Amino acid sequence: MILTDKIIAKGAEANLILKNFSDLFFPCEEFGEVLIKRRIPKEYRNVELDEDLRDFRTVHEAKLLADAKKAGVSTPLIYRVDRTDMEIIMEYVEGEAIKEILEGFRSSKRKEICLNIGKQIARLHDSGIIHGDLTTSNMIFGEDGNIYFIDFGLGEYNSSTEAKGTDIHLLHRTLNSTHFEVAEESYESVLEGYKKESGVGAEEVIERVKEIERRGRYVKKEER
Amino acid sequence: MICLGFEGTAHTVGVGIATSEGEILANEKEVYQPDEGGIHPREAAQSHSDNVKEVLDKAVNKANIEPEDIDLISFSQGPGLGSCLRTAATSARALAVWLEVPIIGVNHCISHIEIGRFTENVNDPVTLYVSGGNTQVIAYDSSRYRIFGETLDVAIGNCLDTFARRVGIPHPGGPRLEELAKKSENLIDLPYSVKGMDLSFSGLLTEALRKYEKGASLEDLAYSIQENTFAALVEVTERAVAHTKKDEVMLVGGVAANQRLRQMLDLMSEEHDADFYVPPMEFCADNGAMIAWNGLLAYGAGKRQEIGETRIRQRWRTDEVRVPWRSD
Repeated sequence: MILTDKIIAKGAEANLILKNFSDLFFPCEEFGEVLIKRRIPKEYRNVELDEDLRDFRTVHEAKLLADAKKAGVSTPLIYRVDRTDMEIIMEYVEGEAIKEILEGFRSSKRKEICLNIGKQIARLHDSGIIHGDLTTSNMIFGEDGNIYFIDFGLGEYNSSTEAKGTDIHLLHRTLNSTHFEVAEESYESVLEGYKKESGVGAEEVIERVKEIERRGRYVKKEER
Repeated sequence: MICLGFEGTAHTVGVGIATSEGEILANEKEVYQPDEGGIHPREAAQSHSDNVKEVLDKAVNKANIEPEDIDLISFSQGPGLGSCLRTAATSARALAVWLEVPIIGVNHCISHIEIGRFTENVNDPVTLYVSGGNTQVIAYDSSRYRIFGETLDVAIGNCLDTFARRVGIPHPGGPRLEELAKKSENLIDLPYSVKGMDLSFSGLLTEALRKYEKGASLEDLAYSIQENTFAALVEVTERAVAHTKKDEVMLVGGVAANQRLRQMLDLMSEEHDADFYVPPMEFCADNGAMIAWNGLLAYGAGKRQEIGETRIRQRWRTDEVRVPWRSD
């Protein structure tokens, strides 16, 4: 029997494919469907560079997902890493991307969610993990009520204040560009959660975010 | 309505003349060429101030109009090098006061997008704007051009030119590097730096120079720098396309002259079922016509400025500008 791949999303760098756990591994109804993240070759890139990037990102992302989970961050469980087809086979998290639903929440719930996001980012950073692409598309509001962090493809191990600051700055940018109506209140709550979880070190990071944004390229009119 | 626009953000002083009916009547310019090294802001401004009258005369003659026919003056108010911006702004103010016509300062980056939308008849693109001073991925959303990604340090054009200069290739080095790159297919390992939606080229520049000093061939380095940095540019653009789901991609700015970059963006666009556009280089590189056209758009949408509001804005960001001429 030939099963065609059920592609549920075509991202910029990978296709997301749903398959039954039972078809891939062993019969077990409990596990239901699994998600395959397959990094597809990019025709525009030099072949060597393309393979290096895909291989590195596949292995690296799997490791980051696992280490983030150890740090107490909700991430999908990994079943297998395949470096021939450049695939990570992982738990399929049912839910919706924060990107799609952030504005839809009432203000108190939105605040709760943003606090949670801030706390989880703090746990990542306290474990020396930089997500690298903290956009609201990469946070899933799971059906179990947890907020799952996905797509660590651009993540890295880095404990520097600069890296942490840049990480948070990216989220700030996404809020401003995609959720501009609720951007500032959401960002404030994220920082509040971050500070609560991370303690004293958080202040330095938040100061650095401001500094990064002040480096000329991010200065708002009224702050000049 | 006829608008005359002054461009002067960096090495180009340009005068363009456009009509509200959508005709470009003239697009003249003079480009400052440093004797050695890169752009020296004060010397560039001096060169602009020496050349602006001649460029203005040429444009008015080319357009075959009388000064009295001009209804509006626009100029690049920012972002750019302060001394250059001041030269263009001063010329614009003087002419507006003399002709007793309104004056409007426009954002240089947005003018690049608008002239491209106009000449290529593009509706709503994801734009990659790459030049010596700017590297931005821009897409329109809710009455503003939003920046989806940009360089965190040097612009791509600056990175290419600086590398070229340091290895003895005269300014502007980008085109020469492109020629050298065609002679190699040997990829040298260089740091690939995409940070989320943003880019960083300074580390790559340092590493490329280090490898040159250690004896790597210029052809291989030129090839590797292009493959590496362009892949990063295209990747960020691709992410913006995937994120916004727009079906048009546009390339503007001086680095748009590079054929390899065009080819890569074209391949990426095809993969996302998007159409790919590059305006003619006359309108891609810095020019006065884009300033004139943007002036008409802004004026048509009701924007008015007093002379006192025409102070230059060196760090004027693309996403600070309200875009009332787009209602989508």
